[in-house]
Amino acid sequence: MRELTYLEAVREALRQEMQRDEKVFLIGEDVGIYGGAFGVTRGLMDEFGPERVIDTPISELTIAGAITGAALVGMRPVGEIMFMDFITLASEQLVNQAAKIHFMFGGKGSVPCVMRTPMGSGTGAAAQHSQSLENWFVHVPGIKVVAPSTPYDVKGLLIQSIRDNNPVLFIESKLLYKTKGEVPEESFFIPLGKADIKRQGKDLTIIAYGIMAKRSLEAAEKLAAEGIDIEVVDPRTLKPLDEKTIIESVIKTGKVLIVHEACKTGGYGGELAAVIAGSEAFDYLDAPIVRLAGRDMPIPYNRNLELHTVPQVDDIVESARKLVHGKV
Amino acid sequence: MSAKTKNERLLDTPTLSVMLEKMYMIRAFEEKAEELYTLGKIHGTMHLSIGMEASAVGSVFTLNPDDLILSTHRGHGHCIAKGADMNLMMAEFMGKECGYCRGRGGSMHIADVDGGNLGANGVVAGGIPVAVGVGLGLKMEKKNRVHICFFGDGAANEGAFHEALNMAAIWNLPIVFICENNQYGMSMSIKKAMKIATISERAAAYGMPGVTVDGNDVFAVYTAVADAVDRARAGEGPSLVENVTYRWRGHSKSDANVYRTKEEIEEWKKKDPIVRLAERMQAEGRLAITQHEEIKSRAYKTIHDCAVFAEGCEDPALETIEEGVYAE
Repeated sequence: MRELTYLEAVREALRQEMQRDEKVFLIGEDVGIYGGAFGVTRGLMDEFGPERVIDTPISELTIAGAITGAALVGMRPVGEIMFMDFITLASEQLVNQAAKIHFMFGGKGSVPCVMRTPMGSGTGAAAQHSQSLENWFVHVPGIKVVAPSTPYDVKGLLIQSIRDNNPVLFIESKLLYKTKGEVPEESFFIPLGKADIKRQGKDLTIIAYGIMAKRSLEAAEKLAAEGIDIEVVDPRTLKPLDEKTIIESVIKTGKVLIVHEACKTGGYGGELAAVIAGSEAFDYLDAPIVRLAGRDMPIPYNRNLELHTVPQVDDIVESARKLVHGKV
Repeated sequence: MSAKTKNERLLDTPTLSVMLEKMYMIRAFEEKAEELYTLGKIHGTMHLSIGMEASAVGSVFTLNPDDLILSTHRGHGHCIAKGADMNLMMAEFMGKECGYCRGRGGSMHIADVDGGNLGANGVVAGGIPVAVGVGLGLKMEKKNRVHICFFGDGAANEGAFHEALNMAAIWNLPIVFICENNQYGMSMSIKKAMKIATISERAAAYGMPGVTVDGNDVFAVYTAVADAVDRARAGEGPSLVENVTYRWRGHSKSDANVYRTKEEIEEWKKKDPIVRLAERMQAEGRLAITQHEEIKSRAYKTIHDCAVFAEGCEDPALETIEEGVYAE
C-alpha cells in the first residue's frame, strides 16, 4: 500500500470529503492562501476556492461560532485552531453552544462540525504553544474527542468525524505530522469509540494516544530485546471511549501503564485509571495502575527542560520495566 | 402617540392588527409566567421583556417566514413574534415533555428550529458568533434568506461582539444585528458601562451601517430593521440596529431593583409600546375601540388556554433523562 505522512492523511481526508459533499468547508486562520500554519491545508484553496477554504481574521471564538452556526443550518464545517492553546479563546462557543445545542433544544437541531487542532510540545514553542488540553473537552458532554496516532487512523477517523452528527474535537499531534504510514487511497472510515491494539503483548498493557502511542511502541520494541512483551492499546477516540478493549487487555496482562503528554493532575489518565479500577479488570491487576504523564508545570522553552517535561521513550521504558519487574 | 418617523415604512391595517395582537400575547405570556412562578408552578428563573414588545415584534415582522432568528435569554418576545406555537412554548416554559425542547431547555433556551427560531441563549453574546456561522450557511445555500441576531446592551461589551461583527462585515453576511438596549446589563447602567452615547455608533468600526431608534415605537423599529433586512437580502452585508427600550421588570427573579429608581421605572411605563401602537392606530382610524378590546382579550385568552394545555402535559419521564446528549 502507498504511504502518506500524518499531515498528508489529514489533507487527503479533507479533500475527499470536500469532493464528496459540497456542504463540507474549511475555516480558520491562515488555512487558505498560507496553507495552514503547519501546511496541512496547502493546495486546498486552489482546488476548492476561497468560498470553501475560508481564511479568517484572528478571532478564535468566532471561528468556533462560525462552525457551530453553519452546522446548525445544515452545513458540515471543519474549523481549525492553529495551536490547541488558543482553543481557550474558542471554548465558550464549543462548550456552551456547540456541545449543548442538541440537548438543550430537546433533540431538535444538531451541530455536525469538526474542530481540528494540533497539540503537544517538542517544537521549542514554550508555554503558550505546546499544551495538551484534551481532557477539558472530554469533560464536556455533547462533544466527541478524537486523537489519532497514525496516518491510517487520521484518515479514517477524520472522515468519520466529518460525517458524525455531533461536534467533534479532532486533536492532531504536531510532532507526528511528518511520520509516515500506509493509508488506502480510497475513502474509508473508522468508527468513533473503537480502540486499536497497536501491538499485542502479554506482560503489560500500555494505554497511550497521539504522539505517546508512537513513543510507547518504540519503548515496547526496546523492551522486547529484554524479553518483556508489551501490549500497546491506542484508544484513538477519548470520548466515547472503547472501555471494552482496554478492560480486556488489562485482564490479559494484569498490569497497566497509562501514558499521556498532558499534565498528570486532572489529565485523561485519571479517567482511564478509574475506568480500569472500577471494572472486572480490577481483580486481575497484579500491580498498581501507573500514570506516566506530563509534569504539572508549563512547558519550558529550553530544549533540555522541554524534553524532561513530558514522557520520552526512555521514560516509558523505565516505567514499564519497573512495573513488569514488580518494583512499583 | 408616536409621531411618524422619517421615511417610515407603510404597514397595512391587517398587519398592524396582527402586530398589536402579538405584542399583547408577549405581555400576556410574561404576566402569566410571573403568575405561575408566584404560584410555585415554575422552578428556575426567567427573564421578562415586559415593556420591550415593540422591539421584538417590529424587528421580526420584517422577515419572511423562512428567515431565521437567534434570540437571547430575554427571548419570549422574539419567539412569539416569530410565530411559535404557544402551547409548545408554554409547555417548555413549564418544563414539560411536550414542550419545544422536551423540558430540557426551559425559558432561557426555547428554540423553535422548524419555525426559524434557532434558540434563546443563556450566555450574554453567546449567539453573536453563532450568527456568523448561520450567516455563512445562508450565504452558501444561495436561497436569499436572512437572519436577525438579537442581543442586549450588555453583550455589546463582550469580545464576541467585536469578533463577530467584524467577521460578518468582511464577508457581507446576510445578518441584521439587533441590540435591544434596555439600559442595564443586570445592574450595570449603560451609562457606566460605555463612554459613548449610542451602541450603534460602534457599527462604523466594522464598516457597516448603524442606527439607533426608539425601541418602543414599533413603526420606527420596523422601518430601521426593514432597511437592514433589505440590505442583507441584497447581499450588501450586515447592519447594526439599536432599539432603545426598557425592561419594566428586574433582570431576573432575584432582582430587587436597587440600582434604579421607582420614578425611572414609572417614567418608562408611560412609554408603553403597546399603548403607543394602539393609540396611533386609533388616531389614524385604523382601530375601533371594540376591535382593540377584541384583540387584547383574544391574546390573553390564547395565553390562558396555552397555560391550561401546558399544565396538562406530562413531565419528562425519568428513564429518558440522558436522551439527546448526542445526535444519532
